[in-house]
Amino acid sequence: MIRQFAEFWQSDFGWKFRHSPTAVLSFVVSVALVMAAIAAPLIAPTNPFDSASLNLMNGFSAPLQPNAFTGELFLLGTDDQGRDVFSTILYGLRVSLFVGVLAVLFGMVLGVTLGLIAGYVGGRVDGFIMRVADIQLTFPAILVAMLIFGIAKGIIAPQYRDQMAIWVLIIAIGLSDWVPFARVVRGATMVEKNRDYVQAARLIGRKPVAIMVLHILPNVLNPILIIATISLALAIIAEATLSFLGVGAPPTQPSLGTLIRIGQTFLFSGEWWILLFPAATLLALALSVNSLGDWLRDALNPRLK
Amino acid sequence: MTAFVTVSHLGRSFDVSKPWLNRVIERLPRRRLVAVSDVSFQIEEGAVYALVGESGSGKSTIGRMLAGLMTPSEGKVEVAGADLHADPAARKAARIQMIFQDPYASLNPRWRVRRIICEPVVVAGGATEGVAERLLEQVGLSAADADKFPHEFSGGQRQRICIARALAASPRLIICDEPTSALDVSVQAQVLNLMSDLRDDLGLTYMFISHDLTVVRHMADRIGVLYLGRLMEEATPDQLFERPRHPYTQMLLAAAPMMEGRSRDIDLPKGEVPDPISPPPGCAFNPRCPFAVDLCRQERPALRDVAGVRVACHRAEELAALSAG
Amino acid sequence: MTPPPVLSVRNLVVAIPSRSGTSRPVNDISFDIAPGEILGVVGESGAGKSMTGNAVIGLLDRPAHIASGEIWLNGRRIDALLPEDLRRIRGRQVGMVFQDPLTSLNPLLRIGDQLIETIREHLPMTAAAARDRAVAALEEVGIPAAAERLNSYPHEFSGGMRQRVVIALALCAEPSLVIADEPTTALDVSVQAQIIALLRRLCRDRGTAVMLVTHDMGVISEAADRVAVMYAGRLAELGPVRSVISQPRHPYADGLMGAMPSIAIGQRRLRQIPGAMPRPSAIPPGCAFAPRCPRAADTCRLDPAPSLADDPQGRAACWFPMEHSA
Repeated sequence: MIRQFAEFWQSDFGWKFRHSPTAVLSFVVSVALVMAAIAAPLIAPTNPFDSASLNLMNGFSAPLQPNAFTGELFLLGTDDQGRDVFSTILYGLRVSLFVGVLAVLFGMVLGVTLGLIAGYVGGRVDGFIMRVADIQLTFPAILVAMLIFGIAKGIIAPQYRDQMAIWVLIIAIGLSDWVPFARVVRGATMVEKNRDYVQAARLIGRKPVAIMVLHILPNVLNPILIIATISLALAIIAEATLSFLGVGAPPTQPSLGTLIRIGQTFLFSGEWWILLFPAATLLALALSVNSLGDWLRDALNPRLK
Repeated sequence: MTAFVTVSHLGRSFDVSKPWLNRVIERLPRRRLVAVSDVSFQIEEGAVYALVGESGSGKSTIGRMLAGLMTPSEGKVEVAGADLHADPAARKAARIQMIFQDPYASLNPRWRVRRIICEPVVVAGGATEGVAERLLEQVGLSAADADKFPHEFSGGQRQRICIARALAASPRLIICDEPTSALDVSVQAQVLNLMSDLRDDLGLTYMFISHDLTVVRHMADRIGVLYLGRLMEEATPDQLFERPRHPYTQMLLAAAPMMEGRSRDIDLPKGEVPDPISPPPGCAFNPRCPFAVDLCRQERPALRDVAGVRVACHRAEELAALSAG
Repeated sequence: MTPPPVLSVRNLVVAIPSRSGTSRPVNDISFDIAPGEILGVVGESGAGKSMTGNAVIGLLDRPAHIASGEIWLNGRRIDALLPEDLRRIRGRQVGMVFQDPLTSLNPLLRIGDQLIETIREHLPMTAAAARDRAVAALEEVGIPAAAERLNSYPHEFSGGMRQRVVIALALCAEPSLVIADEPTTALDVSVQAQIIALLRRLCRDRGTAVMLVTHDMGVISEAADRVAVMYAGRLAELGPVRSVISQPRHPYADGLMGAMPSIAIGQRRLRQIPGAMPRPSAIPPGCAFAPRCPRAADTCRLDPAPSLADDPQGRAACWFPMEHSA
């Protein structure tokens, strides 16, 4: 592990990383936010979803000012129900990242599989898959996600809706972002399948699926990694948008988007912190992940070397 | 000697038409490129059969069809008596392997050498213990190289790894598609020597594809000269280089750079290889041939025996008499 | 009396600084090319032959740079010129022909426009005169119906014709030196012979000096008057082409000749040089060829690398050059 890290540090890639302030900063911010989300139950001062521990008297506490009734101090203030904003952000970050990461993974698996098949098999199969992709691209991703969300709402019985909401969200966002993966993987596959090592594998008697998975997939991973990082930022924003519109994460499991929706109702009554801090966290998360993706694209793209 | 590989009336064409919409709008016809046309030859077991030709001669396409990587449009390839493309079992039994031109593209860059070399054994379900080490030493590398990645090797060393991978499948026929064209002269000598040694030790049959006459002369037992997808002449190296029968072969030999050096006052070849999409009628070489007559422009000559050599030229006998007299 | 050389390179060193130290892909190279002479520069990949050509015309990619040495063109020192002055010299006094003709031609411009533009940039001429000259240049390189082909785009030519256009482009401003880097490598054998003959004829007729960079000994043997054999950034041998081929004095040149399969005699086994050429970043001290040399002695490994001057005949950079009984 240490040796591998040392190798990475000494490699050209590591050197580029060290010499890019953007990359280092966005990496540090991303990692810090992810760690905070993972460790939320440990570092959050309160559990905002444990209604027993909530005190309505603590409602609308301003940041770093003792509450007028209870005298308790909250780092980032509290919302109308007396929930600690810092804690809700940590838990909201958890939901946002969970949805974002799983949605991207889902979209990635789907897109990579379809892209590999389209690129390797070619012909009509390729034509069909890519036409579906083209059609999907003509709709905004949010619209696709809302459509899927709406259909799911009609299918799932009301009593399960809240607990299924997160999974529906993941599938909705995932289904709306497989296209970039499929396109890039298809293009790379069409290049790789004509290279001689793939021909050699065919001669040895490898089946097409084995060739795709063992030979081609490892060689198209770089662009997948880049798209996954950029998609993660987009997925987090998509999730926030859906939640803001009220079709995403339920109030019982609020994501950053839900928090922003709740907060915006108080913006003009002077309780700015309920909106500002979740929004700033979302901004920091999306921005750092996105810059990391941009940097990866530049660093790994051989054409720019 | 029995023929191990029999290629009969092999042909392959490619559709190079523009997309359907462009054809409709621009009123273009469908276009077909005939890469290989009516090629027949035999390879004896344990022999080195070489195909030589310039770009567009179809030599690589023939190689790929012989390897079973491409299906012929016409004709068939029989290996040890079984039709390679009709009978799936024949392909397995033939145990054909291939060595490619570009040593930088023929090894999976993400795999370690051990895994690359052992892949044929894994697919065949054999034991891989020590296989990579043994084969690496057989091709002149060291057993310790098994744990490295391809990018740690030079072009010549990569080509040795390719050979080791081919050997792991215990092949009977190895198709070598320009195996040394990407290599430097001194490295080429090492690889060619290795291939000769392996042939002697293992009784391999090679089909050797090259544009380089000197390499072909050095390696082959029998040489087929291709031009625009057609076999023009087939002979042993001595016959071919001492008394080329076909005017194209004669031109090729005259044009080849000679180490011995020679004033370049001899006739230079005329023109270039024509577009294979619209080859000239009759003999494909007629527009560049100094001896072409009307018959050559009308009728495609068949490959026939002339003085112990197979040659596709209407005027082969006349020309032989001319050069003798 | 010999005429003064067109190109004179003295102790040229090209250095590439990197994180792990400075490598010298071209190390202490000196040679002259006389008017009308073709000097072949031959070597295996990584020997520094293309780098030498690029250094002469000032086309080194950073961070590679000329670390020391002098380059004289027609009596003028050009290695320290400003990029603007160097650019004017390229094209006017130095023509270039590369391996892939498509990289030398702009795919979006008619070849006539490219020729006329090049001619007018370097010679004071009216458009009409430049046009006549372009037609003459195309005719000279053997392009049929030259006047009509002026309106064609590069992709409308075959590979061999394209390389002829590039040669016309390189020669249209009547340069005194042409640097041809692997000009025939991408071409078929029959076309290669045509292009070599064309290069030879044009240079004879005009007295142009040619630096012909290639890996192909056969091409050198056909085209060149003298040959410089490079190994690991240094000159191994420099001499008349016939002597170097038939009686090489440097063991590397000798090994190279032995490794070539011959068309005349089909021998069973090729002589091979053991090992591989060192990378520019890992060149051994002393003679770079010593680890692979059958004749190497302690001198070769310990003393500084030999130069051509260490050979009594001045041909091979070797402490123990090979003698051939005539």
